[in-house]
Amino acid sequence: MSAAVLPSPRAAAALVRAGFRRYASYRAATLAGAVTNTFFGVVKLSILFAAADAAGGAVAGYDRAALSTYTWVAQGMIAVVVLFGGAELAERVRTGDVVIDLGRPVHPVAVWLAEDLGRAGQACLVRFFGPLAFGGLVFGLSVPRQPATVPLFVVSAVLAVVVSFSCRLLVNLVAFWLLDVRGVLSVYMVASNVLSGLIVPIAFFPGWLQGLARATPFPALVQVPVDIAVERVTGTDALLALAGQAAWAVGLLAAAVWTLHRGTRRLVVQGG
Amino acid sequence: MIVELDGLSRHFVVRRPTGRFRREKRVVRAVDGISFTVAAGECVGYIGANGAGKSTTIKMLTGILVPTSGRVRVTGLEPVRQRRELARRIGVVFGQRSQLWWDLPLAESFRLLAAIHRLEPAVARARLDRCVDLLDLAAFLDTPVRQLSLGQRMRGEVTAALLHAPRLLLLDEPTVGLDIVSKEALRAFLTEERRVAGTTILLTTHDLSDIERLSDRVVVVDSGRVVHTGGLAGLAAAAGVDRVLVVDLAEPAPPLEGVPGTRFLSAEAGGLRQHLALTGSAAAAVAAVSARVELRDLTIAEPDIESVVRRLYHRAAATRPAGS
Amino acid sequence: MTVYAALLRAALAGQAGYRASFALELLGSVLVIGLDFVEVYAVLTQVPELEGLGLAEVALVFALASTGFSLADLVIGQTDRVTDHVRRGTFDVLLLRPLSTLGQLAAADVQLRRLGRLGTALAVLVIALSQVEVDWTPARVGLLVLTPLSGAVIFGSLFVAAGAVSFWLLDGREVGNALTYGSGYLAQWPTGVLGPVLGRFFTFVVPAAFTGYLPALALLGRDDPTGLPGWLPWASPLAALAAAAAAALLWRTGIRHYVGAGG
Repeated sequence: MSAAVLPSPRAAAALVRAGFRRYASYRAATLAGAVTNTFFGVVKLSILFAAADAAGGAVAGYDRAALSTYTWVAQGMIAVVVLFGGAELAERVRTGDVVIDLGRPVHPVAVWLAEDLGRAGQACLVRFFGPLAFGGLVFGLSVPRQPATVPLFVVSAVLAVVVSFSCRLLVNLVAFWLLDVRGVLSVYMVASNVLSGLIVPIAFFPGWLQGLARATPFPALVQVPVDIAVERVTGTDALLALAGQAAWAVGLLAAAVWTLHRGTRRLVVQGG
Repeated sequence: MIVELDGLSRHFVVRRPTGRFRREKRVVRAVDGISFTVAAGECVGYIGANGAGKSTTIKMLTGILVPTSGRVRVTGLEPVRQRRELARRIGVVFGQRSQLWWDLPLAESFRLLAAIHRLEPAVARARLDRCVDLLDLAAFLDTPVRQLSLGQRMRGEVTAALLHAPRLLLLDEPTVGLDIVSKEALRAFLTEERRVAGTTILLTTHDLSDIERLSDRVVVVDSGRVVHTGGLAGLAAAAGVDRVLVVDLAEPAPPLEGVPGTRFLSAEAGGLRQHLALTGSAAAAVAAVSARVELRDLTIAEPDIESVVRRLYHRAAATRPAGS
Repeated sequence: MTVYAALLRAALAGQAGYRASFALELLGSVLVIGLDFVEVYAVLTQVPELEGLGLAEVALVFALASTGFSLADLVIGQTDRVTDHVRRGTFDVLLLRPLSTLGQLAAADVQLRRLGRLGTALAVLVIALSQVEVDWTPARVGLLVLTPLSGAVIFGSLFVAAGAVSFWLLDGREVGNALTYGSGYLAQWPTGVLGPVLGRFFTFVVPAAFTGYLPALALLGRDDPTGLPGWLPWASPLAALAAAAAAALLWRTGIRHYVGAGG
């Protein structure tokens, strides 16, 4: 790890492109995933609309247009921030292939992050815009009133990917200590799904659960970008929300780097 | 008849992308009108090059694949329609696929198969004990299958296929990848099994020694058609491919013509190394040669199945009526 | 039957070798239902009623459907591995045995951690039943016992149908999951929220409404607000039989396609 440095901009761009292309080859799976996310979106939005009608127009401050935007942005984010797990790196740790990553002249976390950003970009094309376009055509979306909303959302979505990457990396790195991480992954999946606001908006929760959710990084994955998209959070509040996401991103990345360092040392000491 | 094939064919439609949107349809005749029979108690070698249609035939015999046309009967049953009934009467070993339980000890797999085939415990016990004894399984009966060597696993697979005393044993490349000792143990066991239980065997293989040691008769296929059936003795002769005795002599000698059981082929290094085609027993030939000259070393080159099949195929192609 | 019991024991013995993360997977499985229930709970704390049902009544719908789904998932959810079996050629081995392919799949790949999910569903069912008012009659008791079983047969049929589809579409697993898990998800809600078109579809084409919502109406003695006939809520066992027949047909056709196409 002595030569561990950040990749040059050119190398980083190449890594992002590689990640993008790698996931571009799973065309059938991508399409099937988009269809699945869309189908669940239809059911979820039907439930939320029924709730809004029962409540006389709006639930917890979300009217029908906001609920639609919430649903389709959240369903689109599932693949972008990988809310349904993935144990690829843990598998590399288990088989020992991780040593190859550690032997590269750039820091492995930087390499993986670049690849993951490429993957997220690829996921955007079909799995984010697909359900969103469907939802917009069939159910209608709330149109942003402020020009700043779109760029703010883009930044927030990128930060969401970094936070998600760091969380998944941490969970996968548990493989250094626990050879089978499937159990940890399934618990992580449940926690992140509820507390990110994917299942229902966090504002629907009773107070204590809202407090619990806001104490974790998970709202940074879905709820924060969504709230910016539906303009529940605007202006200075939006910048503060981005700052919160950025703080989680930096903190979790640092934790992941440190954990990898400890794990590697363990690998070296025990000889794999 | 245990196995009856009459004009059996299997065609696959292969779609190949030829452009961004267009796909080309092509019909592959994997098996193209094969007819042969196997009588009770026979052991028949079913041989051919890769892609000749062997595995497709085996799949149709076991009920895993529906024939496109033609008739197939195995122990009198129609394989696909009477699959479950047939499964009780045949044993199958696929060299590449395991029917054992990966995570369980070998003994546990046998216990399960005995339950699946509803064998009386005493009957299962007796058959298993015999296999354990003859195939030397005792040492690794309690080892999970995934930890067995290939040779150990194949011995387990053969036992698994024979546990329910099938009338027909189908072996698809049973010795592929095995070391000499395991191959030999397996061949000896199968010979013994035939002698005692009278089990009918149909095997595919790439190893000519398997055929020589085990089978009474061979059926050779190429491109989905039968190109030769008959006894073993006829096989090499029909192909015009011989085993070759290569002798290195202590001193150069003139060509070794007229040695009984051989035919002189060629000489190298001024007669120091000579090649003789074997027409009879190798031992007799060696004895006859060493009576005439002093031998330093010798090897016997076996013809491989691929070259036998290739020769036979070219003959078949040459004699096939034009236009077919 | 003893044969399948032996296969089941063997599958469990095989999994015992990987016990390390079983506890956490069980926990994950327990939580997964909790996750779905959070949604019911959160929505029904925001609005007093959905389609005329309050939190306790929707919880009953949720619990009935989830119990049926968890039972089906435990017994036959393994059909989502058909693709793996086909790819690895192990499906041929299943065909070489004198047993039914479906029975072998169910027994050989059983996942005990799915018990966690069933446990949670049953717990929610008990709590929900204690919170709703039911005029108990022998017929209602019978319906309560039959509903999870009918639900299991209905969802089991969906699992089998999804598995059968992957004989044609090797990459069809996700689409199959959309059908099975999607139905499991929407069955936890009053069917009326889906609107007239989807609502009718998931009653009469995919009989998801018969696993939770309709039997809950019968237990509670309510009428369906969308005007379905009054006997329909009692008809779950019939819907289950129809679903099972359709799924069996599809599975047989799938096997025939596999056997016809060659793996």
